[in-house]
Amino acid sequence: MTAARTWLLDPAPASRMQARCGRWFRAWLGFRRNKLAMTGLGIVLLLVLMAVFAPLIADRQATTLQDLGNRLQPVSWQHLFGTDELGRDIFARVVFGSRITLTIVAMVALIVVPVGLAIGLPAGYFGGIVDKVLMRLTDIFLAFPRLVLALAFAAALGPGIENAVIAIALTAWPPYARLARAETMTRRRAEFIQAAELQGASALRIIATQIVPLCLSSVIIRLTLDMAGIILTAAGLGFLGLGAQPPAPEWGAMVSSGRQVLLDQWWVATIPGLAIFIVSLGFNLLGDGLRDAGDSRS
Amino acid sequence: MSSLASVGLTFLGLTCVTFFIGRVIPIDPVLAIVGDKASPETYARVRTEIGLDLPLPVQYWRYLLKVVHGDFGSSVITSHPVLQDLLQVFPATLELALPALFIGVVVGIPMGVVAATHRGRWQDQAIRLLSLLGYSMPVFWLGLVGLLLFYAVLGWVGGPGRLDVTYDDIVSPVTGMITIDSLLVGEYDVFWNAVSHLLLPASILGYLSLAYIARMTRSFMLSQLRQEYVLATLAKGLSPWRVVWVHALGNVWVQLVTVIALTFGGLLEGAVLTETVFAWPGLGLYVKNSLFNADLNAVLGGTVLVGVVFITLNMLSDLVYPLVDPRARDQ
Amino acid sequence: MTEMTRRLLLAGTAAAPFATWTRIADAAVPKDTAVFAKQIDDLISLDPGESYEISGGEVVTNVYDRLLRFEAEDLSKLVGGVAESWTVSADGKSFTFKIRPNLKFHSGAPVTAEDAEFSLHRVVMIAKTPAFLITQLGWTKDTVKDLVKASGDTLTAKITADLAPSLVLSLMTSIVASVVEKKVVLSHESNGDFGNGWLKTNSAASGAFRLVSWKANESVTLEANPNFRLGPPGMKRVVIRHVPEPASQRLLLEKADADFARDLTPDQIRPLANNPDIKVESFKAANTFYMGLNLGYEPLANPKVRQAMKMLVDYDGMAKSFLAGRFFVQQSFLPIGFFGAIPLTPYKLDVAKAKALLAEAGFPDGFAVKMAAPNVSPWTEISQSVQQTMGQAGIKVSIEPMELKAVIGQYRARTHQIAMLSWGPDYFDPHTNADSFVHNDDNSDNPKIKPIAWRNRWFIPDITKDMLAAARELDTTKRAEQYAVLQKKVTDEGPFIFMFQNNIQVARRATTTGYNPGISGDLSYFRNIRKS
Repeated sequence: MTAARTWLLDPAPASRMQARCGRWFRAWLGFRRNKLAMTGLGIVLLLVLMAVFAPLIADRQATTLQDLGNRLQPVSWQHLFGTDELGRDIFARVVFGSRITLTIVAMVALIVVPVGLAIGLPAGYFGGIVDKVLMRLTDIFLAFPRLVLALAFAAALGPGIENAVIAIALTAWPPYARLARAETMTRRRAEFIQAAELQGASALRIIATQIVPLCLSSVIIRLTLDMAGIILTAAGLGFLGLGAQPPAPEWGAMVSSGRQVLLDQWWVATIPGLAIFIVSLGFNLLGDGLRDAGDSRS
Repeated sequence: MSSLASVGLTFLGLTCVTFFIGRVIPIDPVLAIVGDKASPETYARVRTEIGLDLPLPVQYWRYLLKVVHGDFGSSVITSHPVLQDLLQVFPATLELALPALFIGVVVGIPMGVVAATHRGRWQDQAIRLLSLLGYSMPVFWLGLVGLLLFYAVLGWVGGPGRLDVTYDDIVSPVTGMITIDSLLVGEYDVFWNAVSHLLLPASILGYLSLAYIARMTRSFMLSQLRQEYVLATLAKGLSPWRVVWVHALGNVWVQLVTVIALTFGGLLEGAVLTETVFAWPGLGLYVKNSLFNADLNAVLGGTVLVGVVFITLNMLSDLVYPLVDPRARDQ
Repeated sequence: MTEMTRRLLLAGTAAAPFATWTRIADAAVPKDTAVFAKQIDDLISLDPGESYEISGGEVVTNVYDRLLRFEAEDLSKLVGGVAESWTVSADGKSFTFKIRPNLKFHSGAPVTAEDAEFSLHRVVMIAKTPAFLITQLGWTKDTVKDLVKASGDTLTAKITADLAPSLVLSLMTSIVASVVEKKVVLSHESNGDFGNGWLKTNSAASGAFRLVSWKANESVTLEANPNFRLGPPGMKRVVIRHVPEPASQRLLLEKADADFARDLTPDQIRPLANNPDIKVESFKAANTFYMGLNLGYEPLANPKVRQAMKMLVDYDGMAKSFLAGRFFVQQSFLPIGFFGAIPLTPYKLDVAKAKALLAEAGFPDGFAVKMAAPNVSPWTEISQSVQQTMGQAGIKVSIEPMELKAVIGQYRARTHQIAMLSWGPDYFDPHTNADSFVHNDDNSDNPKIKPIAWRNRWFIPDITKDMLAAARELDTTKRAEQYAVLQKKVTDEGPFIFMFQNNIQVARRATTTGYNPGISGDLSYFRNIRKS
């Protein structure tokens, strides 16, 4: 353990590998001191664990099992978070709802990052007309009102998780393109890239092997910071009836159906709302900490 | 770079996307007008009237021509010209956005400055937590809980809507913002009632703006405080207070204006959810309702308006962008 | 109330600009104003020749007087409105209406037979959605001028279609028989629209209330007509405020910011029972909640499958839990309260019997089927309940929730498999429902009309003939019998799973009385509302 630590913190690293690992480790040490960020990390880890082990925590059947005689029950040992308007167990629904939230977040990330990189990297690398065209495209999308547009897309495509993901992704990629472009432009003239060019490496190869890894850390930080926004947008779409459809336990939709009984059965809307809030807070704390760590690294 | 051409291009892209989205919404716009029970003749006539029998590109071209002449067509839902509707709903949204922005600026900026000058200390952490909490809040949920608590239980604020029914129609619109209109004619009861309705949604939106503005102010200030001139002026014996609040803050103003503009844009479009929860008849609710009723002209008009505001704000941000990011400036 | 008096009233209660918060936050509705909290975003026109939405019809019925009426005092008795009396010729083809003398429009001008004539012509000429109500009498743009004629104080209307006189008279109580002021409407005409553009948001009427303003998705404000022929209304002002959320409606009611809440769900109504300031009343409404089964989808074409599916709905379970008070089971295309309607509940949840029927039909393991349903309450709950009970017999229902208008779009295109919807009658006669549920003698893809039977590909030329015969039967006893036979047949064989009829539950401030929403929006009268 101490040996690894010494190796990592070696002020005169023997290899580039060691230097890079050392940099990451020092960032981690800084990050670990940040209590808020660690809380965020904890929340996000908990969310992931909850999603992965959902069937162990709650009964999958209970998420859709209706019990009309047992509607709107308050919090009890049998129903930790009470029951909803169709007598379904809210605890089970919140637990399984984490899967939907994570799926949406992951799918949006999987679309947004490649699209953003595919547009931003060539723009930054080649410059000139390529840059002009691609950035004009990005600007057009960036000028769109995001929520309104996501709403319009979701309405046009019809409700559903996949469509909500597409709607969000369509409006979320431009900042990544800009970020990737800016990062590429600052590294474009770096010596090792010029060296690679001299050796005859193709542009595609240089971008893929040299530039992408350099952009990745700032992209990831940005992504973590965006996660909360994505979760909130998805929940907002669900709230408006354009996200996941019943009987899927999507948190935003649960708040929406619970608002009808808010005055008497406050927990039906409040608990899924809290879940949305805590999870997006987790991502925000984590992202914020990562950004701080990233700032001090550079 | 001819920014006019780029604005035109963006505008074209915006209308184009919205137009085609409008045409693939799985609701038949003719049906939305005539209802399910109309005769086939009525159906066919209305279809021709709104030009849906023409090819899509022709429809789009016609629409553009009209928009250029300031004609956004008529809304199906309200039976009014869309432009007239927008002039009515936009002030309602503004009335919500302006106080929110005011809170954001007046509270957010000082908080950001304090966080920057106390970097790493408890003030910084507290402000950081406060603004991250704001970032993470589902606004529709906060609105619901707020209504439950402050209107239903405590009765401190007015309920959904802009006014109690008693006060409706007393003040005729001049600016469209009830608070201002009522003051103009000295109807103080109406004014206070409007304020009581405004209080909760504006505070919620204000908190969200504050969160963003405080964060951005903090990071702008941090980069200023690292600059050499700060140390130099301090060395010259200027009071630290003056250095921070006058010199450093003065230097980040330009960047802050951009942030404030963007916040403002966010408030205008983010209003969809707040306005839904608070039954606030503003732009967001208008666009949402039109969308759900396949009221194509209204959707387009509303989106174009939001888009124009956005494009304007983005232009502003573009102008300032090189000042914000020194790396891009070097290019 | 005029602007001036309202201002004085307000000034009297608080002269100082800095009124206390509590008063501002709890400003109750004034005594001479009634406020409805209601969802009115369906309202798109207040022109009686065009309006066809529930909310619009409700406003129009209070603003315009009609040729004949079912008045609030006795909702089942046909009486004169603008017409004082009427006669029907022996062959049932010619109707003569004598216009009441001394009637006045809100403008002060007298109501004449000429205005009544113009009003009917106008509906046919502008040919908006509700025109079908009277074009079914055989009136067309070319013939209506000859068939509907005013002379002196009488209006004569001839029909060319074969329809029972009681049906024709019922149509004269519907929205299209609203009498508009010819001179005023024509003065606002543009491009030959018969004043349609103007009448959408204005009124030229003689009813109990005058339209003050309609702000789309915000409110409708009405002011009493002190010269109304049945005496001045109880309230000086009636405001219908658009409040989409039932929970908000309840809040407004509890805070006395509204006198009536119209769209409360059972979950909101239950806790109100303990509030002495609030009363909840139930009134029978006439909407039919049902599922349409498209025979174009192979399993559904099998009559035994349809029988089985009718036994796979937990009618009572739903009506007793989340629909309690709001819906009751009625398995017929006619709602109780209508002429000829019989209470009909042959089907109950019976999974064993349904399974046996499915096995006989060759589907022992069930089948998969898609169901289009509107994406709002109570549809979401009903569809999820049906999904569960059908699943018990192996029928795998996948719900496709969408906007109501999108469901109707699918339905009209016959691309649905199951569509879950409701139907509301257009006028107070059984023919309005029969003509849609039991009318399909042209099953081609583009018929002249698209009745519900056609939408589900239920091709029934013979039953259609029986249905049309009932529509023109002059003997009312015989007519009722014919409808009874039709109802049993359609419930039994038809491609419809009839589930519920609805009640309108109105929650009101205990001190505000005298409102009955009526069985349809046409009968929702505001003029008897009183406040103590």
